[in-house]
Amino acid sequence: MKVLKLFTMVITACLSALISFGHASENINAAGASFPAPLYQAWAYDYNKATGIRINYQSIGSGGGQRQIVNRTVDFGASDDPLKPEQLKKDNLIQFPTVVGGVVLIVNIAGVKEGGLRLDADTLSKIFLGEIKTWDDNRIKALNPKIVLPAKAITVVHRSDGSGTTAIFTNYLAAVSADWKSKVGEGKAVKWPVGIGGKGNEGVANYVRQTSNSIGYVEFAYAKQNRLAYTQLKNRAGNFMTPGFDSFEDAAESGDFDPKKDFYTWLNNTPGKNSWPIAGATFILLAKDKTAQSAKAVKFFEWALSNGDVKAKELIYVPLPKNLKDKIRAYWKQNSL
Amino acid sequence: MKRKNPFDLSFSLLTAAASATVLLLIAGIFIILVKESSLSIEKFGIYKFITAVDWNPVKEIFGAATSIYGTFITTFIAMLIAIPTAIGIAIFVTEAAPNFLKGPIGAAIELLAAIPSIIYGMWGLFTLAPLMSRYIEPALQKTLGDVPVINVLFQGTPMGIDILTSSLILSIMIIPFTASISRDSFNLTPAVVKESAYAMGATKWEVIKNIVLPYSKLGVFGGIALSLGRALGETMAVAFVLGNKHHITASLLDPASTITVTLANEFTEADTDLYLSSLFYLALVLFVLSFVVLAAAKFFLFRAERRHSR
Repeated sequence: MKVLKLFTMVITACLSALISFGHASENINAAGASFPAPLYQAWAYDYNKATGIRINYQSIGSGGGQRQIVNRTVDFGASDDPLKPEQLKKDNLIQFPTVVGGVVLIVNIAGVKEGGLRLDADTLSKIFLGEIKTWDDNRIKALNPKIVLPAKAITVVHRSDGSGTTAIFTNYLAAVSADWKSKVGEGKAVKWPVGIGGKGNEGVANYVRQTSNSIGYVEFAYAKQNRLAYTQLKNRAGNFMTPGFDSFEDAAESGDFDPKKDFYTWLNNTPGKNSWPIAGATFILLAKDKTAQSAKAVKFFEWALSNGDVKAKELIYVPLPKNLKDKIRAYWKQNSL
Repeated sequence: MKRKNPFDLSFSLLTAAASATVLLLIAGIFIILVKESSLSIEKFGIYKFITAVDWNPVKEIFGAATSIYGTFITTFIAMLIAIPTAIGIAIFVTEAAPNFLKGPIGAAIELLAAIPSIIYGMWGLFTLAPLMSRYIEPALQKTLGDVPVINVLFQGTPMGIDILTSSLILSIMIIPFTASISRDSFNLTPAVVKESAYAMGATKWEVIKNIVLPYSKLGVFGGIALSLGRALGETMAVAFVLGNKHHITASLLDPASTITVTLANEFTEADTDLYLSSLFYLALVLFVLSFVVLAAAKFFLFRAERRHSR
């Protein structure tokens, strides 16, 4: 009997703990993209210190974030790629960007230094299509008259897992190359014509580092933290750009963020004179019909837009330009949040 | 009849309930997998899904053949490396090693089994893959690359991120299972029988071949079946070094993909319903495959057991 009593006690204790946990209404529950997760968690920590409100952000991937907010199991969802306005209307959601991330190319060629190699949209897409096969191809040589390029085969390294980084990169290639658009297309995972796949940014970086004459793409923050040999890339205005905060900010400023389209846009191939051509914002999704929860989330992001830029830069995310922040605030008001 | 103690009764009910959860779980998993993959099953059917080689998330065309092929080829090569090694280890530990070595080697094998698979993956990516691409694979190409027929296995640029590296890591992961179970069954060989053989003038090799191995055959098969199950389902270690490329290739130096690697790599970012459903479908295929393979292994074991006891 004693055992039974103890057993009942344990069960009751567990159940009541569960119930009280579920009742904590001050908390904000959220899930989604892994790329901005470190930043959201850092913001959440500071926000908790400032207001006492706790935010549980689970980094489960953009696909999961979209599904969870559609099913209304979280207070906000986060996604690395924007949803189209039609889709948002169908699921009764609103959407806005938080920070900008970019994609840079890294290479491993003997004698080529950081920022030493110059590429443009045409050569880049042909390398990833497998049409340019060696580094001493005339089309690459024409862009780099000053450096000696080896007559070696190019090894392309791409992501093996589905990722927002791949989505931005393939969106760029599809935007600049009709061939890429028809043969491969764009998405978080695509059928790559050539190359080997590494898992995560670290996998790609590791393979580029180990494989001579290779080229790969990684997230800007990752390349910067690990001092990888990035390349220059020619932007739409015709200037060769080096990736950095300034060129990403320029891309964000010249991006076509329209509140009427729920900010649906990619920052690829933007017209700005000093824009880095491969970038994209990461987005938040809110449910229109859950006003109380969405208002709580908006309060958090209002706080983050006003106080979060320093933290964002510290973690190597590019904060949004001021005019875009004002557009987002107006968008919230318009949706009465 | 003896009156049953109420405590005994409730205890036996409790254990029965515990056992029932296993069956319920298996049934539950199966039902959920079928339900979640129904969209994809409707779209692609069974035969078409298993045989189609195209896996293209952009165009929403999904076929499982490449992943199934990768699963089988990596498992097969891993078993090819692991089984002889593991049995060798077991024979050494039980029959040949001096006593002071038996303990440490046994402990080392068990430690190997306790290492989490993600650590094998990291080690594979940062240590084994560079070694493979720099030394082992070029050497293989130099020696076997010119031999007709076999040379198709060693074509392409050695990258270290391929079927061979993955199989090697897999084999290291399953060796402990086969080795420790084989060792335990070798130890079960009655000393009387072995000593009789020695008394008849048999050499060590003859004792191992004619007494120990036949006597412990069943246990060894059991160990192999266990490691087969592990190799089929292993995910993280392989995900790091296989490259997740959906194609069927003869060369062992090419990247490929297995079912679990595809799931681990693509699940989090699968954004359309059909994509997600196809991943569930892939999981269902693996579920059925593992079930069939293990059931077949059990069946042969059962038959051998009956013959043995007769």
